[in-house]
Amino acid sequence: MSQSIFTGRSRMAAVLAIGLTAAAMSAPSGAKAAEPGADEVWQGLVTDVFEGKPMQDGTGIVSLEAPARAADPALVPVTLSVDPTRHIRKLTLVIDHNPAPVAASFTLGDGAGVTRIETRVRVNAYTDIHLVGEADDGTLYVTSRYVKAAGGCAAPASKDPAAAARSIGQMKLRRFGAAEGSGGTRDEAQLMIRHPNNSGLQKDQVTLLYIPAHFITELTVARGERTLFTMEGGISISEDPSFRFDYRADTPEPFHVKAVDTENMTFAHDFPADAS
Amino acid sequence: MALCTPIEGVRSVGPAALAVLMSVFGSVPCACAEDTLAFDEIAPHVYAHAGAVALPSSENRGDTSNFGFVVGDEAVAVIDAGGSLPVAREALAAIRRVTDKPVRYLILTHMHPDHVFGSRIFKDAGATIVGSAALGDALAARSDTYLASYRDQLGPALVEGVELLPPDRSVDGSLTLDLGHRALRLQTWPTAHTNTDLTVLDTTSGTLFAGDLVFLEHLPVIDGSLTGWLKDIESLKALPAARVVPGHGPSVAPFPAALEPEARYLETLKRDLDADIDAGLRLENAAASAAASEAANWQLFDAYNPRNATAAYAELEWQ
Ligand SMILES: [Zn+2]
Repeated sequence: MSQSIFTGRSRMAAVLAIGLTAAAMSAPSGAKAAEPGADEVWQGLVTDVFEGKPMQDGTGIVSLEAPARAADPALVPVTLSVDPTRHIRKLTLVIDHNPAPVAASFTLGDGAGVTRIETRVRVNAYTDIHLVGEADDGTLYVTSRYVKAAGGCAAPASKDPAAAARSIGQMKLRRFGAAEGSGGTRDEAQLMIRHPNNSGLQKDQVTLLYIPAHFITELTVARGERTLFTMEGGISISEDPSFRFDYRADTPEPFHVKAVDTENMTFAHDFPADAS
Repeated sequence: MALCTPIEGVRSVGPAALAVLMSVFGSVPCACAEDTLAFDEIAPHVYAHAGAVALPSSENRGDTSNFGFVVGDEAVAVIDAGGSLPVAREALAAIRRVTDKPVRYLILTHMHPDHVFGSRIFKDAGATIVGSAALGDALAARSDTYLASYRDQLGPALVEGVELLPPDRSVDGSLTLDLGHRALRLQTWPTAHTNTDLTVLDTTSGTLFAGDLVFLEHLPVIDGSLTGWLKDIESLKALPAARVVPGHGPSVAPFPAALEPEARYLETLKRDLDADIDAGLRLENAAASAAASEAANWQLFDAYNPRNATAAYAELEWQ
């Protein structure tokens, strides 16, 4: 953990703020951010977010799946996965042209057997999405996808703010049994959390000021005594965050989930050992 | 746009019964002194315009939604504002060919740009804007996004001067407005097409202005709640209306029969997604195939079904 890019909440906030400035300066005004200039945006992010560290081609080591064209820019499914033999400890998802490009940073638990995390993000423009994996030895591996979408972040977080406020913090865990292609060595589950994950890019009607962002900053998912993964989140994770992941299948254990948001609200939930 | 479009006495509105109905009441005559929009008189003193079933574009000037007006003994109420200032201006000109009574109310059925971008024109003509209690916040939250995305779709000229005006008077539940021996019953609805849905019932003629709670021909767009919409459809059926002005599609259709196509689509989408979620299918895989059996029944299916399915999956997986 000492080599972690974000060592605490304040560091995370600082990085988000830096990212915000960088993107605001360089993002094209229209929705059609195309390839030209995309590389400079990414280079700026490498400097701001990754302290300019060199990056290796991540092909075969980390992989990122995302649709070429998003059906709903507020809910773009992305899948982050790692080659389990390469000792990747941390995965950082960066949506280059979003107002706050660092969408989330996942730290994979030691021996947890997590090789794949699927979530949903808001995508604000035609943009590259980068996935950076950090190995045990500090080496960074990068891969990317280009996604065509528009209007995700600036669009209001909630289709029904009144309903969202009523249900904040509710959680649901779905278990799918053996993960595909794992030969029964890993199981698969999906954690769902009710939270507006408000992007903060909406104007208050009365004050005409921007409503402060309200989103989940820290998430810990554990099973028994073992941490499966933790996440430091940004505003680009979609409303009602969802995480579908695999983990090492062994003796039945209860799940423990804890989430903290920008208003310092803590949501904790225990799910009993795998029902059968 | 520059020329006044001749208005046919009978538009092709689908059911033969309605065609007969409309040939009796006719259409707004056009003297061609200035551009006017085509409004059908769908019942005595009740008028509706059918926008194009198309994505908003510079070619159609954002004229892609239905709207209408009702004339009472003392005043006029306009229901929805049209999708651009020129469209609204031509609608006001059409109203002026029918009556010189004041336009007292502009009633907005929900927040979407194609229904509210013309608001300014009616407000400037003296109308009080009436809408759901949730409309002001919903418009404020989306204002920047709507203006930016419509600048792309319609071109900047058609968006210049557009203001997303909040309601002067808001409705939470029901409200009756009197136009002079003519009562309009306004009602808000639990989140369905959006969280700002409001219907207007002209009690004299039994005409329901449903806004986008009723879609015909144009694929229904879910920007609120699929399950909420299915519930609202059950309640809508009980309204004492003989005909409806849908938010998209023909200017008028028989009621409650007009609810059937969208109910079928929404139920199909829900059934397909429920089965996919049950089977553990991922969002992207489920969204790619859900409601495929409905594709041939609708226009703009490919433009909106993937988004509907994506949003509905995220809603239904919590059930
Ligand atoms: Zn609508």
